[in-house]
Amino acid sequence: MVGLVLVTLYMVVALFADVLAPFTAVEQHPKDRLSPPSKIYWLGTDEFGRDILSRLMYGARNSLHVAVLSVAMACLSGTALGMIAGYTGGLTDNIIMRVMDLFFAFPAILLALSIVTALGPGTRNTILAIALVYMPIFARVARGPVLAVKAMEYVDAAQSIGVRHGRILARHVLPNITAPILVQISLALSWAMLTEAGLSFLGLGTIPPAPAWGSMLSDSRRLMELAPWTAVFPGLAIMFGVLGFNLLGDGLRDVLDPHLRA
Amino acid sequence: MQRYIARRLIAFVPTLFGITIIVFTVMHLIPGDTIDAMIGTQFKLTEAQAAALREYFGLDKPLPEQYIRWLVAAMQGDFGYSVRKGEPVLPLILRHFPLTLELAFFSMTIALILGIPLGIFSAVKRDSAIDLIGRLFALLGLAMPAFWLGTLIILVLSLYFRIMPNAGNYVDFFEDPVANLKQMVFPALTLGFAATADVMRTMRSAMLEELGKDYTRTARSKGLHERRVILQHCLKNAWIPVITIVGLETGYLFGGAVIVESVFALPGVGRLLLIAIGERDYAVVQGTILLIAVNFVLVNLLADLIYAWVNPRIHYE
Repeated sequence: MVGLVLVTLYMVVALFADVLAPFTAVEQHPKDRLSPPSKIYWLGTDEFGRDILSRLMYGARNSLHVAVLSVAMACLSGTALGMIAGYTGGLTDNIIMRVMDLFFAFPAILLALSIVTALGPGTRNTILAIALVYMPIFARVARGPVLAVKAMEYVDAAQSIGVRHGRILARHVLPNITAPILVQISLALSWAMLTEAGLSFLGLGTIPPAPAWGSMLSDSRRLMELAPWTAVFPGLAIMFGVLGFNLLGDGLRDVLDPHLRA
Repeated sequence: MQRYIARRLIAFVPTLFGITIIVFTVMHLIPGDTIDAMIGTQFKLTEAQAAALREYFGLDKPLPEQYIRWLVAAMQGDFGYSVRKGEPVLPLILRHFPLTLELAFFSMTIALILGIPLGIFSAVKRDSAIDLIGRLFALLGLAMPAFWLGTLIILVLSLYFRIMPNAGNYVDFFEDPVANLKQMVFPALTLGFAATADVMRTMRSAMLEELGKDYTRTARSKGLHERRVILQHCLKNAWIPVITIVGLETGYLFGGAVIVESVFALPGVGRLLLIAIGERDYAVVQGTILLIAVNFVLVNLLADLIYAWVNPRIHYE
């Protein structure tokens, strides 16, 4: 429930940032540089006099954009590969899953960092990097249930009346494996947010002056003794965003798959 | 057991090759090459000189050939040459590696010292105040990014205690252990926080499972002291999933070190990697990523072997 509330709040802020934010993300108020939280600037301002609350709101939009697109890419490609591997079995299964296993040989942030280094910083490449990093998880999550579902009689029946494999996968297998994938989507959104923030913090994610929570936090490090609010609020935003999707994932798991309840 | 170890070790070889292919491929997605990086900044080379250098380094050869040359050289300890530092890559990485290893070691020690008792207490006192605190702690650990936690620690220490955790003068453990530990404690706490949460969660759920099993009920019904039931019966079995998590987390700590070393300005391989990325020193980037990935796989291999040792049932799987 708490997860759902946090995620809803985060989505509303992200989607309606231009309506809700008191200022634009890049609007500078040179006279109010490093102002502490006040009635005008609820969360204070940064070194350029930009309103931190507004930047956080637009940053939520950026974070959601990266997380949703990267997880969508990871989910579509990973689930498709996992389903093909599980359904086909044999050599195809072995090849696909061994390649996926290789991606697990890298800590996620390191793999994302390597890909962004190769492709160059920026939102598009960050999305691609995060998608590649989390694709194997979806492949693994999808493959397991497919193995069980393909042994069901209704799949045998569909095969025996000559239904094409693609149609069997889409109409008969996919609907039966959605529960673990939905749970995974929610958890992956939280990891994607964290990875995007990490890359932006290292200067390899979203390129400034576009607002990103990670880069806001990174910029604050030089000023945090003078203006601690510049370091505190972006971190809180990341934490509650990640926490929301994590709790939502746990909640979904409890509802959709009670066997996995911790 | 021996068969399992042999199979696991054999599987390790193709994984290593796969890692080298991924690292090599990813690094070759970069537009241009090392020579372009050299021309672009420090050195002024003519096109002819650049072509001669490409030929000398074998960069004019087809990619598979370049890969094989690189792999053969890497297997002999030659990871290339840092164009920025002006020295071979391997000694450079090995010089920075002990710090990262030390950081990962201390972080994991903290994770085990805090995570295991917290997980046990949380499971034993399920739904109590201790459990609630433990679960909240675990949630925070998963959601709180290390770069923020590190930033907050520095902020609190510098603002309220006038202490800078690391003013840039890193002291080696063998030079001055006390000074070294003082420098490492906050980075290790930062890096170990998420691992602590993960160890705690795993310990709690494993312990809850064991507490609900028949043998626990039997032990209790025999009149055994609760402490003995928990420590001698349940804990023995609850350890097993924790070993896997410790293996995985130790590997992740090497990845997390990139960020924590950057926050605390520690000269480990993580920081070396970031500086190399900034300077387009691709041989160093390539070597560092490869080393961290190989470490990650090695640690997991070790965890799997320990897992097989403590859990004999794995022989039949």
